[in-house]
Amino acid sequence: MERALAYRRLIIIGIFLAVGLIFTARLIYVQILVDKYILSANNNVLRYITQYPARGLIFDRNGKLLVYNEAAYDLMVIPRQAKNIDTAELCRLIGIDKDEFTRRMIKARNYSPYRQSIFEAQITRENYGFLEEKLFRFPGFFVQSRTLRKYTYSIAAHTFGYIGEASPDIIEGDSYYRSGDYIGVNGIEKSYESLLRGEKGMKVRVVDVLNRDKGSFQEGRYDTLAYAGTNLYSSLDEDLQEYGEKLMANKKGSIVAIEPSTGEILCMITSPTYDPNLLVGNIRKKNYRNLVLDTVYQPLFNRALMAMYPPGSTFKLVDALVGQQEGVLFPTTTYSCPGGFSIGNGKMVGCHSHPSPLNLIGAIQISCNTYFCRVFRSIIDNSSYTSTRQAYEHWRKEVMSFGLGRKLGLDVTGELNGNIPSPAYYDKYHGKDRWRSMTIISLGIGQGEIGITPLQLANLAATISNRGWYHIPHIIRAIGKKDSINPGFTEKKFTDVNPAYFDIVVEGMADVVSEGTARASKIDSIDFCGKTGTAQNPHGKNHSIFIAFAPKLNTKIAISVVVENAGFGAAWAAPIASLMLEKYLKRKVSRKDLEERMMNADLIHGINTGNEIGKGHFLPD
Amino acid sequence: MKSEKGIFYRIDLVLVSLYVALVLMGWLNIYAAVYNDSHQAITDLHQKYGKQMVFILASLLLAISILIIDPKFFSQFAYFIYGFFLLMSVVVIFAGREIAGSKSWFAIGGFGIQPAEFAKMATALALAKFLGYLDRNIKHPRTLVIAVSIIILPALLILLEHDTGSALVFFCFVLVLYRAGLSGYVLLALLVIPVLGVLALIINKYILVAVLFTISGFIYLRSRRRARTLMIALAIFLASSGLVFSVHFAVNHVLEPHQRQRINVLLGNNTDLKGAGYNVNQSLIAIGSGRFWGKGFLQGTQTKYNFVPEQSTDFIFCTVGEEHGFIGSFIVIALFLGLMIRIVMNADRQRSKFSRLYGYGVASLFFIHFGINIGMALGILPVIGIPLPFFSYGGSSLWAFTILLFIFIRQDAMRNELV
Ligand SMILES: [Zn+2]
Repeated sequence: MERALAYRRLIIIGIFLAVGLIFTARLIYVQILVDKYILSANNNVLRYITQYPARGLIFDRNGKLLVYNEAAYDLMVIPRQAKNIDTAELCRLIGIDKDEFTRRMIKARNYSPYRQSIFEAQITRENYGFLEEKLFRFPGFFVQSRTLRKYTYSIAAHTFGYIGEASPDIIEGDSYYRSGDYIGVNGIEKSYESLLRGEKGMKVRVVDVLNRDKGSFQEGRYDTLAYAGTNLYSSLDEDLQEYGEKLMANKKGSIVAIEPSTGEILCMITSPTYDPNLLVGNIRKKNYRNLVLDTVYQPLFNRALMAMYPPGSTFKLVDALVGQQEGVLFPTTTYSCPGGFSIGNGKMVGCHSHPSPLNLIGAIQISCNTYFCRVFRSIIDNSSYTSTRQAYEHWRKEVMSFGLGRKLGLDVTGELNGNIPSPAYYDKYHGKDRWRSMTIISLGIGQGEIGITPLQLANLAATISNRGWYHIPHIIRAIGKKDSINPGFTEKKFTDVNPAYFDIVVEGMADVVSEGTARASKIDSIDFCGKTGTAQNPHGKNHSIFIAFAPKLNTKIAISVVVENAGFGAAWAAPIASLMLEKYLKRKVSRKDLEERMMNADLIHGINTGNEIGKGHFLPD
Repeated sequence: MKSEKGIFYRIDLVLVSLYVALVLMGWLNIYAAVYNDSHQAITDLHQKYGKQMVFILASLLLAISILIIDPKFFSQFAYFIYGFFLLMSVVVIFAGREIAGSKSWFAIGGFGIQPAEFAKMATALALAKFLGYLDRNIKHPRTLVIAVSIIILPALLILLEHDTGSALVFFCFVLVLYRAGLSGYVLLALLVIPVLGVLALIINKYILVAVLFTISGFIYLRSRRRARTLMIALAIFLASSGLVFSVHFAVNHVLEPHQRQRINVLLGNNTDLKGAGYNVNQSLIAIGSGRFWGKGFLQGTQTKYNFVPEQSTDFIFCTVGEEHGFIGSFIVIALFLGLMIRIVMNADRQRSKFSRLYGYGVASLFFIHFGINIGMALGILPVIGIPLPFFSYGGSSLWAFTILLFIFIRQDAMRNELV
């Protein structure tokens, strides 16, 4: 009977084959049809270790090292492997509490339990010393070499800018960046990011289940080297920058100095400022918050590029130039000054007492308001134009050809336009074409809606010293090789004013220093040219402004100084500028009394240490 | 009568070749699974592959001994062997060493011996012996009860050792009973019940009951003798519905948490890749990353760097899958199928009923180990720790399967003499 059941072997064999078939189908699915397992396998064993290059160094114009790198370490964690560790000990070593530890572990685990994430970023070399010896006791934790920015001198914070972690937006938009990478956030660090960052390298390592290194993957076939960033040679003069920052201590304002023949920025001072070393590494976030919260002194506000001031009397130089170009002003043009310029309705633009009448040189030297109101009227009411509007537009175009009211395009981030009001602005304010030269007469003496940045003022001084042209101001003179030339700034930009008209203005500026409004700041051994200005400030005391250049021929330095809430240009800005010129041209300052008085003056903390010494002592401008 | 010496000319060389191929492949895969750069010699006796080589040499001696022993010895001493390993299974509960939660090992010298591995072979012998008498008819309730008891008894003892995997193996003998004449419905039920059980956990149980009702109703309406099939249809409906509900109850209230997790992992309800799902996920990663051609011998990163747990024993198939790819895995599966089918074919040419049924027992044991072990590695079955014959590291398993197979080869070689 059992023999008759021999057919059953076929059923049993059928069951065997069915199982074999199921297995084969499953193998086809797992090994051939889907990719996720091979990806997971690589995730298991391959560790991509980024080799971070050192960022490029930054030098000053005399070869001094300004910005460099110091070794730092990121403590990384792979959450799945971080088991049975002495939490309290680790917290103590990196200076966090238990809650913070838990918070970071959860964050890392949410990113991925199997992959590394940064647990504590940018540990300094000193702190790493303590951690290093004990690191073996914390499985799942390891360090990755990074670098920290370091500043030899605590100067020029706004110009250098700082670096920070690349944001998700940036990572999405630029394939170079990965989570945890650093990127220049502003200043030179941002504008030269692509040169400074260098090129990251990658090492592919094989690890076992306990994350122990098992050597390089396929003999390093997929490894790439890191290349350090390009070094930058800045045009900053470290001595001058540091000296200017000392002069501006406890004052609000800015100093910008430019080498007119090249457009190289010699110093760019913003005050109040901060120590660039504060915005480095893992202390950056905390310090940055404190700086942001300081709304009284606004240390993060880069006044040199972003603050707009009415240029005051310094703008009379532009009037003089544009007036000649327009053919409505000649060196011999004289106007008398009855102590002011009447603008109708009984109102008038006041002027101080001075000899009258004056020709052009005299008017610059004395800074006569009446004279330049008349010049401005003659430009705007010029009968060669069909309308006030047309004349104004022409005037505006010529003014802007000096780089005023628009970005100059320097190689530091954050620059603002300034403001030379457009006709539309007056239309809106007074009604379409319902404004006349008298309506906007304050522009003629650099007051009102006009706004100029300290950089633009310095560039104006440079342009005048060049007799009609400038190079776009820039902070990086050479890239990679010290003796090369930054190719972005070689072109000469000419103003719309014929160079022939500049000499008379330069003469006037020389007289300003030798016997005019700034004569108190005269330096015996240097013949320099300048112009004082006072920016009317509806919110408080007027801003003291001075622009200058020296020497008068073969000019080496053009400068602008703005001291907020300090009164006449001659009182603060002019002496500070003269000290800067002396420092740069003579390398040392002989007028120690003046230097000390300027450095020690505190104009922002409400303490009256002032140079009130004879308000009347200085000529108003 | 042919001389005893002639035995070596009449053994089935196909089976022996399959055996040698599988054993050697197993050894190389253990080498690959345990391999590390500091111990490269495959004969290093301090490493698992060195020890496995010793086990293989010992099993060759065992195989040759069995081929020399009078084949009648095994049928005559079947009950004795069975009794001996039953006794050992009891003794090990008291005197054994506990390894990984199972108290199923004897420590002899440096090696551990697992009586459960040999109990499977002993049960195959005893079952064949009992059903091998020509007058035994499995349709007789008494015969069936004794046959089932022979199977259940060692399984229960092994369960007491907390070795659930090895106990499950004994289910395979239902194939022997089937070949001996057990109703096909029992086999069908054993195949349907697990499927229904899985469905019960995946599909809403009320929908499932409704489907079962429809099927039962269909059976009833198609039948001619409605009075009789009404009872059958009703019984099927009630039994299957009862199963659906009891599976739910069992999973939620009877199983221990780790067992419940394993089932959830299998059903895809548990994606906790760090916990219960870790083994299976890593196993699939290793196999899946082998692709079509495999990464090459000793090139498997997942197994070499220990990402797969139990990779030299329960998950040895991962090494095959990773280093030898689809091709290698398919060859291993084909070799096992070849072995099992060859045994079944040979079994049916036996004149002796004992030899025939023993052959079925051998094939069934290979089948269940093959099915559960590879099914587990491929994530089709829950994680059940039983070895893949000839591949998984360990002396007991290798020796037990060698003895199991070679007793059959010996019987087969003498098939004309044995009645
Ligand atoms: Zn006047």
